[in-house]
Amino acid sequence: MRGAKSAKWVAIAAVVALGATACGGGSSDSGDDSKAAIDPNGKFSIEVGEPQNPLQPANTMESNGSIVTRALFTGLVDYDSSGKIVYMNAQSVDSTDNKTFTVKLKPGWKFHDGTPVTAESYVKAWNWAAAPANKQTNSFWFSDIQGYADVAPEKGKPKATEMSGLKVVDDSTFTITLTSPIPYFVYKLGYEVFSPLPESFYKDPKAAGEKPVGNGPYKFVSWDHKKSIEVARNDDYQGSNKAKNGGVIFKNYTNLETAYEDLKSGNVDVLRQLAPRDLPVYKADLGDRAVDQAYSAVQTIAPAFYTKQWKGIDPKVLQGLSMAIDRNTITKTVLQNTREPATGWVAKGVLGYQPSLGTDIFTYDPAKAKKLIQEGGGVPGNKISIQFNADGGHKEWVEAVCGSITKATGVACTGDSKADFQADLQARDAQEVKSMYRSGWVLDYPFNANFLRDLFGTKSSGNQSGFSNKEIDTLITQADGAKTQEESEKLYQELEKKLPEYMPSIPLWYYKVNAGYSEKVTGVKYAQDGDPILTGVQVKK
Amino acid sequence: MPDVTKTDVKTGRVDPVGGAPEVTATVTKPEKTRSLWGDAWADLRRSWIFIVSSVMIFFLLLITFFPGWFTSAQPILGDLSKHYLQKPKLGDVGSADWLGYDQQGRSVYARVIYGTRASVAVGFGTTILVTVVGSLVGMIAGYFGGLVDSILSRLTDVFFGIPFLLGTMVVLNSFPERTTWVVIGALGFFGWTQISRVMRGAVITTKQADYVQAAKALGASTPRIMFRHILPNTMAPVIVVATISLGVYIAAEATLSFLGLGLSGVSWGNDISDGGASIRVAQWIMLYPSIMLSITVLAFIMLGEAVRNALDPKMR
Amino acid sequence: MGRYVARRLLQMIPVFIGTTLLIFLMVYALPGDPVRGLFGDKAGSPQVIAALRHEYGLDQPILVQYWNYMKDMILHGDFGTQIASGRPVTDVLGDAFPVTMRLASLAFAIEVVLGIALGVLAGLRAGRLTDNVILLITLLFISVPVFVLGFIAKLVFAEQLKWLDPNVSDSTNYGQLLMPAIVLATASLAYVTRLTRTSIAENRRADYIRTAIAKGLPKSRVVGVHLMRNSMIPVITYLGTDIGALMGGAVVTEGLFNIQGVGGTIYESLVRREGTTLVGLVTILVLIYLAANLIVDLLYAVLDPRIRYA
Repeated sequence: MRGAKSAKWVAIAAVVALGATACGGGSSDSGDDSKAAIDPNGKFSIEVGEPQNPLQPANTMESNGSIVTRALFTGLVDYDSSGKIVYMNAQSVDSTDNKTFTVKLKPGWKFHDGTPVTAESYVKAWNWAAAPANKQTNSFWFSDIQGYADVAPEKGKPKATEMSGLKVVDDSTFTITLTSPIPYFVYKLGYEVFSPLPESFYKDPKAAGEKPVGNGPYKFVSWDHKKSIEVARNDDYQGSNKAKNGGVIFKNYTNLETAYEDLKSGNVDVLRQLAPRDLPVYKADLGDRAVDQAYSAVQTIAPAFYTKQWKGIDPKVLQGLSMAIDRNTITKTVLQNTREPATGWVAKGVLGYQPSLGTDIFTYDPAKAKKLIQEGGGVPGNKISIQFNADGGHKEWVEAVCGSITKATGVACTGDSKADFQADLQARDAQEVKSMYRSGWVLDYPFNANFLRDLFGTKSSGNQSGFSNKEIDTLITQADGAKTQEESEKLYQELEKKLPEYMPSIPLWYYKVNAGYSEKVTGVKYAQDGDPILTGVQVKK
Repeated sequence: MPDVTKTDVKTGRVDPVGGAPEVTATVTKPEKTRSLWGDAWADLRRSWIFIVSSVMIFFLLLITFFPGWFTSAQPILGDLSKHYLQKPKLGDVGSADWLGYDQQGRSVYARVIYGTRASVAVGFGTTILVTVVGSLVGMIAGYFGGLVDSILSRLTDVFFGIPFLLGTMVVLNSFPERTTWVVIGALGFFGWTQISRVMRGAVITTKQADYVQAAKALGASTPRIMFRHILPNTMAPVIVVATISLGVYIAAEATLSFLGLGLSGVSWGNDISDGGASIRVAQWIMLYPSIMLSITVLAFIMLGEAVRNALDPKMR
Repeated sequence: MGRYVARRLLQMIPVFIGTTLLIFLMVYALPGDPVRGLFGDKAGSPQVIAALRHEYGLDQPILVQYWNYMKDMILHGDFGTQIASGRPVTDVLGDAFPVTMRLASLAFAIEVVLGIALGVLAGLRAGRLTDNVILLITLLFISVPVFVLGFIAKLVFAEQLKWLDPNVSDSTNYGQLLMPAIVLATASLAYVTRLTRTSIAENRRADYIRTAIAKGLPKSRVVGVHLMRNSMIPVITYLGTDIGALMGGAVVTEGLFNIQGVGGTIYESLVRREGTTLVGLVTILVLIYLAANLIVDLLYAVLDPRIRYA
C-alpha cells in the first residue's frame, strides 16, 4: 500500500500503489526500553494522508484510513510479529471441520458509548456490510460465508438481508458457517472489515463514518478534514494492547518530503515512510531513531497472459527474463536499500514464508538468461514493456529493470507509464496491458495462501493477468481442503516451490519500512503491514 | 497613444526618425525599399543582444539536430554497477564523465545534450502554435468587435476558465503515447488564450488610432489594415508574452513530467524531476538540466527583446 | 455602463456552460472509473460497484449526468457528493478555497506591488544599467522551474537561514504563507514587470507626456498619473487573467509546501476521477475568472478615456 505517495510532491494518489488493501496485522507485543521519564497521558502525532473513505471499518481500503480505523476498532483476533494469531475480543474461535467456527467473546468489552459488545454487534455489522445497498467497499470479504450469494447476488435483487451462515447463540457466542472449508479462516478475521459496530451506527451510518464509535484502544475525538484527526486513549479498554500514551494526532501531509522536514523540526513525532530524497541522509540525521525493517509486501512484474505475446509462452522465457534482472545491484543503488531482493512469491513475516525455493531463477546470470530465453523460443517481438503508474514512484526501478534486461539479453524493454493509478488499473481491468505490468501485493492476513491462492487461482479476486493453470488450481483446492491450518500451510509451501515451473509472475523484491520518529517518543515499533504500532508508543515528559 | 507622424513611418510613407535607410533589406514587397521589417533587420544586425542570443540559439539548434557531434556517450542505457551516482569530473570537459552520472548510471552530460531536442521542440512548437492561434483570434475579436468579438471572447473565456495545468493534465491523461506533438497540442490547446487576450486589448487601443482610420478611409482592404497597420503596432506586447511563454512552456513540460505526464523519452523536464529524488546526495542530476533549461529560456527571451526593440522604433 | 454590465453578465452564461461541459467531457473521456478505483488492486465486488455507480448516476449517458449535475447545482446549490469520502462537494470546496484564497491574494499582492514597481523603474531607465539588472532578475525568475525555485527557497530561507518555516502547518498564518506566495508569484511577477516596462518605455515618448512636461507639470505627477494610467492597460489585462491562474494553478506550490488548497484537491480529484468535485472546483474558478475579466474591461474605460462602453 505504500508508494502511492510518490517520490515527488504528489502524495495524493488515490490508493496506495502497491496494493489497495490495508491489512489487519498489528502486533501485540511492544518493547518498553526507555530510560527517560514517561508521560502516560502525553499525546503524539503521526504523519498520514487524508483517509479516502468515511471511517467505517468495512469501507476502509487504503492505509490512511485503515491506520485510524484500527486505532478505533478492535476485532476478534490480531497477529503477533511472527504471524501467529493473538485473540483480542475473542475468547476462542473453534472449529472441528474448518467449515463451522464457534466464536466466544471475552466478557466486559464495551463500545466507546458504553454499550456492551455482544455477538449481535458482530453478526449485525457483518450482515449490514455485506449488503450491496450499503456500498461498503470491502464487502466481498464476507463471500466465504454461507448465504453471502443471497445477500449480494451477482445479478438481480438480493434474496435475503442476512447471511444464513451467521447465527447468534447467546450474548457472547455466535457461529460462522462457510460455503466450503478454509483451514486458515481465523486469519482472515484479523482484517478490520470484521469489526463489530454499535447499535448507534445504524441510525446514521454516514454520520458514524465522520464520528466513529468503536471498541478499540482509542476513542474518536475530532476529524478536521485534510488537517488532522485526533483520538484519545480509551481508559475502559479491556484488550491486551491498551495504549501506553494519552492519544494520537494523525497529521495530514500531502507529501513525504514535508513530513520529514517537520519531523526534524519536531512538528510531527512518527513517520510511516520517507521520500526517496531523504533516504540517503535519514540514518545520519536521525541516528538510532531511524527505522529500517522488513514488512510483508512484494513487488512483482506480471506478464499479461491474455496478450498475443504471452499466450502459451514457454515459462523458460520468463525464467530467463527473471535471471536477467540484477536485483542485488538495483536494490542497492536505485532503490537505496529500501527493498530486499525477492527469493519467492510469499513475502517475509508471513506464516509459511520460505527463505529459499531451491531454484536459481532469482539469481542474476546474463549467460543463463540468454540461454533460457533461446530455449523457450525467444521473447515474441523481442521487446517488452512494463506498465506502471507514474504517481507511485516506480519510474526509477522500472527503468533500471528494463536496462538490466536489455543489457543481459538484448531484449528491448521500455517503461509504459500510465499517468496515475486509476489509468493503470483501468488498463489492467480492461485487459489492455500491452506486455507486462507492475503488480505489488501487501498482505491482507499473514498466511501464505494470501500471496498464492488470492493471486494465481484462475478465478481469484486478485488475478488480473489472465494466468490460468489446471495443476495450480488443483493444488489450491487440495491445500484449502487440508484438515488443519498447519497442513494447509505446508501444501501452500509446496505449491510455491512449483511456481518457477509456471512463472505466473516475476517477483522482484520485498518491501521494507524506512521511517523514523522524533526525540519526544520512544517504544516505536512497526508491524507486518508496515504501520507503526500506535498503542506501544510512549511519550517522554 | 502612438502619434501620427511616427506611425505613418510604419506604413513606409515617411522616413523613419533615426532609422537608417536600408536598401538591401528583406522586405515584404519588392517595390518598397524601406519597410518596418527592413528597418528592423537593420537594427537587429547592430544589436549585441541579438547577436549573443542568436549565437546561443544557433548552438542549441546544432545540439538539437546533431547531438552526436557533442558527445559520444549515449543517453539511454546506463551501467548501475559501474556508474551509479558517480560524481562529476568537471576538469574533463566534454567527456561522458564530465557532469557525473545519474541514478541509472547514465552520463548526465549525454542526457543534457540529447534532452535538448525535446525541450526545444516543445518550447518552439507550442509558442508558434499559441502565437499564431492566439494572435489571430485576438486580432479578429479586437478588430471586428460586436458579435464576432463576443463569440470569440466567450470561446477564449471557456478555455481560460479552466486552469492551464489542470487542462493539460487532463488532455495528456487521455493519450496513451505522449509524443512531442501530443504535448505541444495539449499545451497549445489551453495556452493560446493569454496571447489572444493581450492581442485583443492592444488591438482595441490601436484600432482607435488615426492612421487606421485613415487607411480605412482610403479604402484599404481589411486584411491589409490588419496585417500592415495594426499588427506591427500590436506586436510588442505579444512578442514579450510569447518569448516569455517559451520558457514557461518548457517549464510546464517539466512540471508535467513531474506528474508522469511529460514527454516519454529523454527530456530535461524528466531529468530535473527525477533528480529531485537524489538532491541531497547528487545535486548535479538536477543542476545541469536546470542550468541548460535556464540558458535556453534566457536565449529566447533575449532574442525576443532584441526583436521587439527593432520592431518598435518608439523604443529607441 | 449599467447596460454594458448587464450584457456582460448575460454573456457569462454561455461561458459558464461551455467550461463546465468541457471539463465534464474531458474527465469523462479519461481512462479509469472513480468507483472501480476505490478497490485498488483487488477486484472488489461487482454488486457494490454497480450500486455505487447507480447512486452517483455514473451509469447514465454523459449529457444526462451533466444536466442533472447542473440542475442540482443551480437550483439547490448542491455540488454533488465526493464518491470516495461521501462528503458533500461543498464541504470539500469550503475546506480548500479559503486556504488558496489567502495564498493567491498574498501572491497577487506581491506580484502587483513588486512587478509594477520594478517595471516602472525599468521602463523609466530603459536601456540603462537598472533596466538590464531588472531584466536579468526577471529572466532568472522565469527560467528556473517553479519546483526548483521552491526547493531552493526552502533550502536557503528555511534550512540555512532559519528565517521562515519550511512548511505551512497553519494555513491562516501569513508568515508561513509568505514563502510559498513568493514562489507562486515569481513567474507572474516577471510577466508583470516585462509588460509594465514595455508599456512605460513606449508611452514615455508619447506626445501627451511631452505636452504634460511642457505644461510644467511636476515629473512625479506626469509619471504617476498620466504615464501610469495609460501604461497599465496591458498589465491590467494580464493581472485579470492571472487571478484564476493563481487560484487554480498552484498545484505544484501547494504540494511543495504542504498547503491543503485548491491545487491539491484538483490533482486529487483528477487522479481519482472525481468528476463532480472537479467540475465544482472549476465552476468556482470560472466564476472568479469571469468576474475578474469584467472588472478588467471596466478598468479599461477608467484608464483609457478613448474606450467607451455603451
